[in-house]
Amino acid sequence: MNPIRLTGRAAIGLTRMTGQVTIFAARGLARVGQHPAELARQVVQIGWLSLPVVGLTALFTGAALALQIHSGGERFQAGDVVPAIVAIGMARELGPVLGGLMVAARVASAIAAELGTMRVTEQIDALVTLSTDPVGWLVSPRLWAALLCVPMLVGVGDVIGIMGGWLIGVNALGFNSAIYLSNSWAYLESWDVVSGLLKGAVFGLIVALSGCWFGMTAAGGAAGVGRATTNAVVAASVGILAANFALTGLFF
Amino acid sequence: MLAVRGLSKAYGAKRVLDGVDLDLAEGESLVVIGGSGTGKSVLLRCILGLETPDAGQVLWRGEPLAGQQAAFMDGFGMLFQNAALFDSLPVWRNVAFRLLRTMPKTQARRIAIDKLARVGLGPEVADLYPAELSGGMRKRAGLARAIAADPKVIFFDEPTTGLDPIRAAAINALIRGIVDETGATAITITHDMSSVRSIADRVALLDCGRLRWQGSVAGLDSAEDDYLRDFVAGRARPMARGPQA
Repeated sequence: MNPIRLTGRAAIGLTRMTGQVTIFAARGLARVGQHPAELARQVVQIGWLSLPVVGLTALFTGAALALQIHSGGERFQAGDVVPAIVAIGMARELGPVLGGLMVAARVASAIAAELGTMRVTEQIDALVTLSTDPVGWLVSPRLWAALLCVPMLVGVGDVIGIMGGWLIGVNALGFNSAIYLSNSWAYLESWDVVSGLLKGAVFGLIVALSGCWFGMTAAGGAAGVGRATTNAVVAASVGILAANFALTGLFF
Repeated sequence: MLAVRGLSKAYGAKRVLDGVDLDLAEGESLVVIGGSGTGKSVLLRCILGLETPDAGQVLWRGEPLAGQQAAFMDGFGMLFQNAALFDSLPVWRNVAFRLLRTMPKTQARRIAIDKLARVGLGPEVADLYPAELSGGMRKRAGLARAIAADPKVIFFDEPTTGLDPIRAAAINALIRGIVDETGATAITITHDMSSVRSIADRVALLDCGRLRWQGSVAGLDSAEDDYLRDFVAGRARPMARGPQA
């Protein structure tokens, strides 16, 4: 096939899909508060049940970061910067990105699998025949739950990550406990934390949107649900990394 | 009451419905038969508004359905081929799904249990989840959901698919009984001739997206249409047929 035609077709397809996903997201976000019980259920599913995986990820990341910074910093006699760098690194970058990626792995796949199965087993058609808007009942609570919960997860992850650095700093690197904690807060600015939480909100939306879009558009039985799940996780992960780059450029 | 005029639908080059006309009188039970892939389910989906037809329209009480979809949706029930119960909700909530929007939970639950009893399921089933039910029980629960709000029109999509002959006969008897009791208008899509003979007041044969024959159940056995005779008798025919758009 003509490469120009192929490129044009791909560009049109991408533009069309971007428009469709944007309208889909806007419809989902606009139906806020229609089903509060469903929203509460999704807050538990997306927020509360993601806490262990996000917490463990943050703990080990903070600990590893402390070891790396200490080892690298020693080369130019800057080992003392460990507490400040761990705190800033967790709040600005690693907390939101790794938290977002862990939520993407856990939540985007679960949403895509659940909605995809509902799609191919006609449960979504059944909703329509019962005079219920599937976007209001299925998509909106998931988008809002992720939008609200992921920043909270990021905040908790920041604290746990800093504590992971503190554990290693005090027990393996010879830092004084009080000085470590004091240095952690001393160099941390409020914007470091707020920017990370804002990133978390955007990443939460990307995760839920990927899961909902690929789930709601799944077709072709079990294989289709499998494809939807894979696509949702890939799109959410790549989306998080791309959005992180853009937001970092915007914020700093 | 419900009329279909010149309904056409194609997926890419494949024309699935090709100018279908149908009329359904109030209280009538119409069964649409036809082989696999002849457009039966697409016809149903177009009537329900789940698919947008390329041409033609559906009329509800003489007016285009497109303008009164919400009112129509509130007045009908649907039994899906695999019941399509919501996995995340217990059976009673599935049955009472529509009722819960307009009445208190206790009242909706009581009606749901009554409807479950009507389809032969005891109250012990109410708090189970769909995954805990057998295929026949799921179909019955789906039927209870379809009749929960006392609809004026009920759609049945392949109601006996996947059931053994005894359970299929029970579902057919239930459907006929419910249609007779409630006076509801019914459209059933099937290729199961035992369903046709149990449920139908009138039969329409869809073939290659076109309405090929329609008439009474008694007329099935005296019809001169070769394809219909083969279909009713279950005789094999050449597979490759059908118009392309």
